Amino acid sequence: MVVLRRTGIFLLTLAIASIVVFAFMAVLPGDPAQVALGVNATPELLAQTRHAFGIDRPLPVQYADWIGGLFTGNFGRSYVTGDAIGPQLVDRFEVTLWLVGAATVVAVIVAVPLGTLAAARHRRASGTVVSGLSQLGAAIPAFLAGIVLVEIFAVSLRILPSGGWTPPDADPVAFLKGLVLPALSLGLVQAAVLTRYVRSAVLDVLREDYLRTARAKGLRPAQALIRHGLRNAAVPVVTVLGLQLATLLIGAVVVERVFVIPGLGSMLLDAVGSRDLIVVQDVVMVLVAAVLVVNLLVDVLYTVVDPRLRRAR
Amino acid sequence: MTVLRALLALTLVAALAGCSAGSTAYSSPSADSITIGFSAAPANLDFTRTDGAAIPQALLDNVYQGLVHLDANGAIVPQLATSWTVSPDRRTYDFQLRPGVTFTDGEPFTADTVKFSIDRVRTDWTISLKSAMTVVDHVEAVDPRHARVVLKQPSNGWLFTMASRVGAMFAPNGVRDLATTPVGTGPYQLDRFNRGDSLVLKANPGYWGPKPAYGRVVLKYFQDPTALNNALLSNGIDVISSVQAPDSLAQFASDERFTTIQGTTTAEVVLSFNNAKAPLNDKRVRQALTFGIDRKALLDTAWAGKGLLIGSMVPPSDPWYEDLSTVYPYDPAKAKQLLADAGQQHLTLRLRIPNLPYAVDSAQVIRSQLAAIGVTVSIEELDFPAVWLKQVFTGHDFDMSIVAHVEARDIVTFGNPKYYWGYSNPTVTQLLAEADTGTPEQQIADMKQVARTINADAAADWLFLLPNLIVAKKGITGLPPNQVGEAFDLSALGRA
Repeated sequence: MVVLRRTGIFLLTLAIASIVVFAFMAVLPGDPAQVALGVNATPELLAQTRHAFGIDRPLPVQYADWIGGLFTGNFGRSYVTGDAIGPQLVDRFEVTLWLVGAATVVAVIVAVPLGTLAAARHRRASGTVVSGLSQLGAAIPAFLAGIVLVEIFAVSLRILPSGGWTPPDADPVAFLKGLVLPALSLGLVQAAVLTRYVRSAVLDVLREDYLRTARAKGLRPAQALIRHGLRNAAVPVVTVLGLQLATLLIGAVVVERVFVIPGLGSMLLDAVGSRDLIVVQDVVMVLVAAVLVVNLLVDVLYTVVDPRLRRAR
Repeated sequence: MTVLRALLALTLVAALAGCSAGSTAYSSPSADSITIGFSAAPANLDFTRTDGAAIPQALLDNVYQGLVHLDANGAIVPQLATSWTVSPDRRTYDFQLRPGVTFTDGEPFTADTVKFSIDRVRTDWTISLKSAMTVVDHVEAVDPRHARVVLKQPSNGWLFTMASRVGAMFAPNGVRDLATTPVGTGPYQLDRFNRGDSLVLKANPGYWGPKPAYGRVVLKYFQDPTALNNALLSNGIDVISSVQAPDSLAQFASDERFTTIQGTTTAEVVLSFNNAKAPLNDKRVRQALTFGIDRKALLDTAWAGKGLLIGSMVPPSDPWYEDLSTVYPYDPAKAKQLLADAGQQHLTLRLRIPNLPYAVDSAQVIRSQLAAIGVTVSIEELDFPAVWLKQVFTGHDFDMSIVAHVEARDIVTFGNPKYYWGYSNPTVTQLLAEADTGTPEQQIADMKQVARTINADAAADWLFLLPNLIVAKKGITGLPPNQVGEAFDLSALGRA
C-alpha cells in the first residue's frame, strides 16, 4: 500500500517537474536556431532550421512530443549536433555516477569514524573539536574546496592532475588519479554534513538500555559500541546518505566544471550556453528522476526495515 | 580507548590513501606525445553540418587538407595543389594536383576527388558558409592530375575561402560518418574522440609530406580559463593554444618552465554604432565618440595592454593592411565641439554588450571616458551568444555594442546595409565588388580605399585587434604564432 502510494507521488512529482522544466526553457530568451547557425545565417535558413528543430510548432505540441519520446526511450536529437541524445546521456551519467560514488565512499570513510569519535567523546575537548570542524566543513561549497585542493595538490605539489577525465577502461591508473581531487572536494563537504548525523545517531544509541546491558556484561565501552551500537546507528545514517544524493548531484554539476569532467553537469552547462534546449530538458529530467528514485527507494526500504513506520502512515 | 584511537588512525590512513594514489609526478605519457589545451570543444567532428570554430580548428590542415592553405602570415600557398593558373577573364582556375596523395582509407586523391568535394558543398553541406560555393559554375576533371574550376563571375574571395573548411578535400567513400570518422589526407588521423573532453590525433603513416615530430597530439578542452591555466601549471598539458585572460600571463612569465608567444589574430574588437538610427546616423556624432575614446588606455585596461590598435576593419595579415589608428587621436575638446555642431550636447546612449570579459571591461572604460564629453552611457549586459544574437545582431535593438569580430576578411560586412551596424554606403559596396572581381593589385588598392572610407565615416570605432597569446613549455617549437585562418596547424610542431 505504502509502496503504491509512494510510487504514485513519485510519478506525479516527475510529471510536474517536466512541465516546470519545459515552461522554463520556453521563456528563456534566445533563439536556438540563431545560436546554431551563427552570424552568417540568412532569414530563410533560420526559418528552415527552426522548422527542422520543430520549434516553430505550438508549445503544447512540442511538450507532448518531448514527453511522448521520453516514454519510448527517445530523448530527441541535439539542436547543435543533430546527434541522438540518449546514448550521450548514458555516457555522461556513467561519468557522474563514478564521481558521486567516489564522493560517497570518501564521505563514509571520513564521517563514520569521526562522527563516532565525536559522540563517544562528546563531553571532552576532542569531541567538541570534531563537532566544530564538521560545522565549518558543512558550510564550504564543494567548488571552493575543489579550487583549494587544485591549488595545493596540482599547481603547487604537482602530484595530481588539476582536471580532466580518463575512462577507467582506457587507463585505470590515470582514471584513479583524476578521480581523487574531485571526489575529495565533493566528498569531504558531504563528510562534514554526515559526521553530524553519525554523531547524533551514535549519541542516541549510547543512551539505549541494551548498550548499558552490554557494558554490564563486561564489555568495554568501545567494544559495546562497535558490537551492538553501530549497526543500530546505521539505519538513520543510511537514510541521510540517500537523501543527500540530491545535494551530491547538484554539487557534481559545479565540480565537473572546475575539474573539466565530461559528466552530466558539463553537458548541462554547455547545452544552456548554446541554447540546446532539448538537451537541457533531458539532462534536468534525468537528474530529477535520479533524485526521486533514490528518495523513493529510501522511503520504501525504511518502512520495510522498521515495521512501526508502516503503521504510522 | 585504544579502539577509538584506532578509528582515528583509520581515518588518517584513508585520507592518505586518497593522496598516495597519485604519488608519482603527473606528466605526459611519453616523449612522443604532446597535449595542447583549447577553450572551445567540438560537439562532433563534422564541420560540413555543424557550425562553430572548434572543429576546423582541430581538423583542418591536420586531418583534412585543401588545394590551397593559409600560411601563418595570411598568404595563400599550395597544399594539395602544387600550382594554379587563373585565366585572363579571372573565371577559370586550373589546379595542378600533388601526385602520390592518398586518403587514410586508401583512396587516391585525384581531380575527381576535387570535383566530388566542391560539388558536395552545394548538395550536402548545411552550414551557412556553404554559400561561398554558389559562385562556382562547374568543376571539371581534365585529367587525374589537373582539376579546373569555372566560376560564374570573377571572385578573389573564392580562392581565399578555398583555404578555409569549405575547400577541404573529402574521399568519396569516406563521407559516410563524418561526425565520428574523419577521412583526410593530412599529417594526422583521428585516434580517439572523447566528447566534451579531448580529441586524440595520431600520425598518418601514409602521409605524403614530412613525418610529424610528435606521433600523438592530444587536444584537450577547457571551458574555464582558470582550469586551462591550472592544467599547464600542473603539467597536465604542454601548451595553452590561446590565453583567454591576459592578466594571468604574469604567473607564466615568472615561471622558467614556460615561454610566451605573442602574435596576431583576425579578431577586431569593435565598438559598433547603429548607423541606421538616430542619433548615430549622424557622422559628426560617430566621429565625436571616436575622438572621445582613448583606445590605448582602453587596451591597457581591457586586455592588459596586449593587442594592436588598428583603426579600421583590417588585421596586419591582410595584404591591404594600413595603420589607421592615428586618424582619430584622443581629443575630448574636438569631440565636444562635434557634438555641439550636431546639436547633441546631452546624449544618452544604450551600450548593449555580450557578457564576455573583454566587452564588460571595455564598456566600463568607454562609459567613464564618454562621460567626460557629456555623453551618458547606459550599459546592458546580454547573455552571449543567445540573447545578444537575438536582440542586437538580428533585432538591431541597440545604439552601441562591443563584439570581437573574428571571421577573416569580415570588412565585407560594411558593404551589406542589412548587417547589424546598418552602414549603407554605395561607394563601399561597389569598391568591395570591384575588389572581388579585379586583379590582385586592384583588389589591394580597392580594399585600402574601403578601409579608409569606413574609417573616415567613423562607421564604427575599432577599439583594438585581439592578440594571439600562446604559452608553451620550453623546448616546443613550430607553434603557429598567428591565428589568421580557421586551423590550428600542428604540422610544424617540433622540439628544440
